[in-house]
Amino acid sequence: MNYFLTEEQQMIRDLARKIAEEKVAPRAAEFDEAEEFPWDLIKVLADAGLFGVWVPEEYGGLGGGVFEQCLVVEELSRACGAVAVSYAASALGGFPILLFGTDDQKRKYMPDIASGARLAAFALTEPDAGSDASNIRTTATRDGDYYILNGTKQWITNGGEAEIYTVIATVDPSKGARGMTAFIVEKGTPGFEFGKKEKKMGIRASATRELIFRDCRVPAANMLDREGKGFIVAMRTFDRTRPGVAAQAVGIAQGALDRAARYATERVQFGKRIAEFQAIEHMLADMATQVEAARALVYATARMIDAGDRDFSKEASMAKVFASDVAMRVTTDAVQIFGGYGYMRDYPVEKMMRDAKITQIYEGTNQIQRSIIGSAVIKEAMRRK
Amino acid sequence: MNVAVLIKQVPETTDVKINRETNTLMREGVASIINPFDMYAIEEALRIREQHGGKVTVITMGPPQAEEALRQALALGADEAVLLSDRAFAGADTLATSYTLAKAIEKLGGFDLVICGKQAADGDTAQVGPEVAENLDLPHVTYVRKIEEISLGSPDSDGGGSRGAPGFIRVQRMTEEGYEVIESPLPTLITVVKEINEPRMPSIKGMLRAKKAAITLWTARDLGVDASRVGLAGSPTRVIRVFTPEQRRRGEIIEGATVQEKVRTLVAKLKETHLV
Repeated sequence: MNYFLTEEQQMIRDLARKIAEEKVAPRAAEFDEAEEFPWDLIKVLADAGLFGVWVPEEYGGLGGGVFEQCLVVEELSRACGAVAVSYAASALGGFPILLFGTDDQKRKYMPDIASGARLAAFALTEPDAGSDASNIRTTATRDGDYYILNGTKQWITNGGEAEIYTVIATVDPSKGARGMTAFIVEKGTPGFEFGKKEKKMGIRASATRELIFRDCRVPAANMLDREGKGFIVAMRTFDRTRPGVAAQAVGIAQGALDRAARYATERVQFGKRIAEFQAIEHMLADMATQVEAARALVYATARMIDAGDRDFSKEASMAKVFASDVAMRVTTDAVQIFGGYGYMRDYPVEKMMRDAKITQIYEGTNQIQRSIIGSAVIKEAMRRK
Repeated sequence: MNVAVLIKQVPETTDVKINRETNTLMREGVASIINPFDMYAIEEALRIREQHGGKVTVITMGPPQAEEALRQALALGADEAVLLSDRAFAGADTLATSYTLAKAIEKLGGFDLVICGKQAADGDTAQVGPEVAENLDLPHVTYVRKIEEISLGSPDSDGGGSRGAPGFIRVQRMTEEGYEVIESPLPTLITVVKEINEPRMPSIKGMLRAKKAAITLWTARDLGVDASRVGLAGSPTRVIRVFTPEQRRRGEIIEGATVQEKVRTLVAKLKETHLV
């Protein structure tokens, strides 16, 4: 489908595709097998200027928005979901600073995030605070010009590799969401350490790690917005990054579809290429239709956000839930078309199926997304009464 | 350190079609790219600039659409680009091409180093680099796989060739058996092989800059060339036949009904050649 990208958007997409095909795809299996963070590929993306596509020009970025970010994530995901999420997670850590940071905070951190010189990460999840985000136990206690952080964050993407962390803590656990407060914490701050590195089903080259805060003194100047605004910081950030997860899902699904379609034209059984069997042909048709529908929703949502609409939580959740469910179905069907070969690690589709699964879970499970969409639908219905 | 890189735009395919009547390359309907070997030349020039400073100038001779190849080189980081384009240049063989390129290098005022890819992926002659060097009366080293050292020497006092201590370059030149270490005074011309580096990707900012960059266009008149030495008129080469040459060293598969028989034949052959 022709989405009428601007010349600059085409340029961004084409460069991301070239890097994905020439640099990422040949090494995706190797990084997956080794569960090794793809630093040299991150360097290639940084040198290409892709970390800054969504960052305003005044902070060294290209001045694009969520849509440009989605284009890059989609292209990288066609080759490797793990490289794509490592790239995208830096935007997840950086968006809170761009949206809620002071001029000083933005000037201090955004140029490095835009150039890719330093990776960013976002830390909200804890062992007892997943979907129930306001149940966090990491505390921030004011002490003069500092806040003292104590607690443990779990499953933090880019944990250990990133240098700039947006961390959500609570200044008063009894206040729930209203006690939540966001801080920028730099790697190397005394009292800030890294714990267990997770072994995952998919996106194995990406880093998913524990952050441990023990009497970690963070300058009060590193607080984003003010005390009690942490929940809002997180939710406004997710509204802008969920389309990115959706784009990751579209990319993984497209990658699986491309490979399944090619395989179907090569594999011969009963003396025919299997693409000539209607059973396979119709599977490919359904896969392609679903991928295109998901892409259209993701692009429309991203463009709506960039055009300046104020309320897009519902659409961001719709894009995320729809695209990730499509990715799971399409990658599963791709493995089916490959048959026994698809189940083997010698072929790329089993990795895509493993990588797809996480898109239904992270940045809000699809159940949470449906709650967001549902409550928006009900609210709209009540308003019309 | 000022470096010139000579590049060529070629069809994006290894399966080049040849016009059987004229025995020249058919370029119609095939997407064009920078000759892959020239990508290593551009990369090496950029690395030299990063280390020694100076400027990288990319030069190509070709039809107007060769401008696209120059923009790609600018996106990678080249400072300046020069397109030599004129109907009079059409149909040039390597002799006429190298004469024209050499005239452009002279007009630009000379360089400390000229880098070319080892050969073009379409014509495969590997002649243009050395011929440019001959035209400019420069030394040259072909098939460079590594630059070991560059010494700029003492700076040129007035550009009139009155250098105190001339600079030099020491390179590894790939051969079939291994490599040779060659030192050459600067300025010089080298052609590079793919082992020399891994070319970088362009950056978005580089691509945006390249889109707006001014490209110098020079015609035959701008270069002040001798009309009888450019284009078809200056090209004595006549292609009689195009074919894949026989390999110089050939393997031999020993036939035989049984393993024992094959081994006997092998041992006999080894004795025959005094290898055992």
